[in-house]
Order: sequence, then C-alpha cells, then structure tokens
Amino acid sequence: MKRYIQVVWAVLWKDLRIELRTKDIFTSMAVFAVLALMIFNFAFELRVPDKTMVIPGVLWVTITFSGVLGLGRAFISEKDRGSMAGLLLAPVDRSAIYFGKMLASLIFILVMEIFLLPLMVIFFNTNFISPPLLLVLFLGTLGFAAVGTVFSGLAVNTRTREVLLPVLLFPVMLPVLMAGIRATIGFMEGDTLADMMKWVNLLLFFDLLYLVVAYMTFDFVVEE
Amino acid sequence: MNLSRRLLQILNVVALIAMLIAVYAALIQAPDAINVDPSIRPAQRIIYFHVPSAWSSMLAFFVAFVASILYLITKHIRWDIWARAASELGIAFTVAAVISGSLWAKPAWNTYWTWDPRLTTYTIVLLLYIAYFMLRGAIDEPSRRARMAAVYGIFAFLSVPLTFMSIRWWNTIHPVIVDAPDSTNKFGLGPNMMQAFMITNMAFIILFVALLANRISLGWAEERMDALKERLNF
Repeated sequence: MKRYIQVVWAVLWKDLRIELRTKDIFTSMAVFAVLALMIFNFAFELRVPDKTMVIPGVLWVTITFSGVLGLGRAFISEKDRGSMAGLLLAPVDRSAIYFGKMLASLIFILVMEIFLLPLMVIFFNTNFISPPLLLVLFLGTLGFAAVGTVFSGLAVNTRTREVLLPVLLFPVMLPVLMAGIRATIGFMEGDTLADMMKWVNLLLFFDLLYLVVAYMTFDFVVEE
Repeated sequence: MNLSRRLLQILNVVALIAMLIAVYAALIQAPDAINVDPSIRPAQRIIYFHVPSAWSSMLAFFVAFVASILYLITKHIRWDIWARAASELGIAFTVAAVISGSLWAKPAWNTYWTWDPRLTTYTIVLLLYIAYFMLRGAIDEPSRRARMAAVYGIFAFLSVPLTFMSIRWWNTIHPVIVDAPDSTNKFGLGPNMMQAFMITNMAFIILFVALLANRISLGWAEERMDALKERLNF
C-alpha cells in the first residue's frame, strides 16, 4: 500500500513539476475561461433581465469547456515523447498511474476554478460563493477528472486526439453538470446543503462509481 | 462460420412472420383507445411501434455492455463483433423510438419536442453511441480499437440511468410544460390493447434477435475479408 501511494505521488509530482515549469495547461485553461466569461457577458447582457440569473449556467459551462482543454493534455507529453512505455514498464499496478494522472488533472482544474471564481464575483458583481457551493464544485470536478482522465487516455490513442475528447466526455458528464447547476441555483436562492442533498448524493454516487470503473478498466486503456 | 446459415434463414423467416402479425395486431386487431380524444386515436396506435422500439434499443445497449465486459475479460474478437453489432442496432432502434415519439407528440402534446425525461435521455443515449462509433472510426489497429471501444461502451452504458434520474429530478423542480404521467398509467391499455401491445413487443424482440444474428454473421464475414486482404497484401 505504501509503495502504491509512492507511485501515485511520483506520477502526480512529475506532472505538477512539468506544469510548474511550462505553465502550458494552466495558461490555456485560464485564458480560455476569461474569454468564455467575456463571450457569455455579451451573449446574455441585453436579453436576460438580471445577469445573476445566468451565473450557475455560466459557471459550470465555463468549467466544463476549459476543463476539457486541460484534460486533453493529460497524456500528450507521454505520447509525444514516447515516455508512456517507460511509465508502463514500472513494476507497479497501472491503476497507480491512473490515480496520479487523475489527481494532477483534478489539481489543474481546481486551480483554474480558484482563479475563475473571484473573477466571476467581480464580473457579475454578486458574491455567490458559499461553503456548500465549494463542496459541490469539488465533487463535480472530481467526477469530471475521474472520467476525463480515462477518456483522455482513449482519445490520445486515436487519429483525431483532443478533438474527440469533448464528444466522448460531455454526454457522460451530463448528470454532473445538471447536479452542479441545480445545486448552484439552490444555494444562490438560499437553500441549505440539506435541501440539495439529493444532488450531492448523485454527485457522490457518480464519483464513486466512475472511480471504481476507471480503476478496473484503466489497464486496458494504456495496454500496448 | 459462427452461425450456421440455415439457422439464420429460419430466424429471418420467423422475424418476418412475427412483424406481419405485429402489424395486424397493432393496426387491425387492437381497438381504438376510448380514453383519448377521438382526433388523436389513430396516433395512439404508434404506441405499438414506439414502445417496442425503445425496449429493443435498451436490450441492444445492454447486450453491447455485456459484450464489452466479456471482450475485456476474454480478449476474444467475437465479443467485439457482438458489441459493435448490438450498438449499431441500438442506435437504429433509438432513432426509430425518438422519431416515432416526436410524431406522436405533435398531435398529443402539440409539439414535436419537449424536454420530457425519457425523450431527453434517449437523445443523450443517441449521442453517447454516436460518440462510440466516432471513437471506433478514429482507431485503425483492430485490437486497440476493440479495447478502447469496450472501455467506452462500459462508461457510456452506466451513465444512462444517472442521466435519466437527473433529468427527472430536474423536471420535478421545474414545472414541466406538458404533463408527462408516470409509466404505470401512461399506457392505460384495455385488455385487447394489452394483448396487441404484448404481441408487438414480442415481435420487436424477435426482430432484434434476427437483426443481431445477421449483423454478427456479417461481422465475421468482414473479419474473414480483412484476413484475406492481409494475406494477399491487398
């Protein structure tokens, strides 16, 4: 078990270190998120009676769209430099590689969210951030990273690569998006966490189910 | 040769007869629905095609799901052929269900499209399996294609109940434009209608099995052709 965690940590730390040096993924996600906010602003400004009404939708759509940018890069460096074989030759359970990669993606998206949230508070001039919302955001992002990392591994093996990822990912992610948007609306209208427990449970179930399925199937995704 | 040709022919004839009986049961034998407005009584008969298509599509996706798991366990090409055949048929039956549902919704709900949970879920399912075939189309190497497709098939199938549940919960909070009664009293079928309903359902399942068998044997034929091409360096 200790060895397993060491491997997870090694993979995670490798990805974090690459990112800290290049800042490729974070920059593209963050710039994309700001662009999305700008576009949403013009899309809704004149027709929606109160712009705060669209915050839940804008929040989750922005996270999904910029998150998929980051997820698309999850296996690119391995693929391009041919270092995937090296990673796979390591005498460890391959699911450890999955969890390392998944945690790295999770952290990238969470950092993007930390950057996005204050920006949205400023742009929409409403403080909609609350602890239960942060919990729902975390659970939604976990599900997103759990499924997205596997699908990124699928997409990197195809001719179309990143182009295919959103097509694969979005229909599966629909329950997460719906739960996230619905709970965000609830919290903004003053509902407590207990009122929204149904959606939180859905997210928990989703995360758990797909982490287990990913744990069981990841071997087949990276197998050569 | 995976399925003997003779068996396939018998199955085809049985399916043809079953579908002819189904047409008779749905259009002639079944009485008019007295509990709906006279103007939409003919439209109500679409239930004998719409619901069986929907059930057959679910059966097809379930077969594809099981075949995907079996492929990952055994790595036998047979289960890849099964999964692909069943997914294709699932798409065909889903399209049939969505289109026939839309045609019925126009006279009954006065709109071709509503965000009803079943309708929306079905459309998402359609997108899931279109993505499945896009994934297949983007990988050239057969064993890798089979593996990747099997993994995606498992993820896709498991998301369907979650999607359905979340859309239903969503709608119970947001008022639904059109009253969509729950499935137990939706049909409200009398005994004669129930009989026709059961007959058509059986017929569609037989049709599904026949189509699946044909598609699988076609899959084997493709497999053999690929092997031959490889041997001849074609």
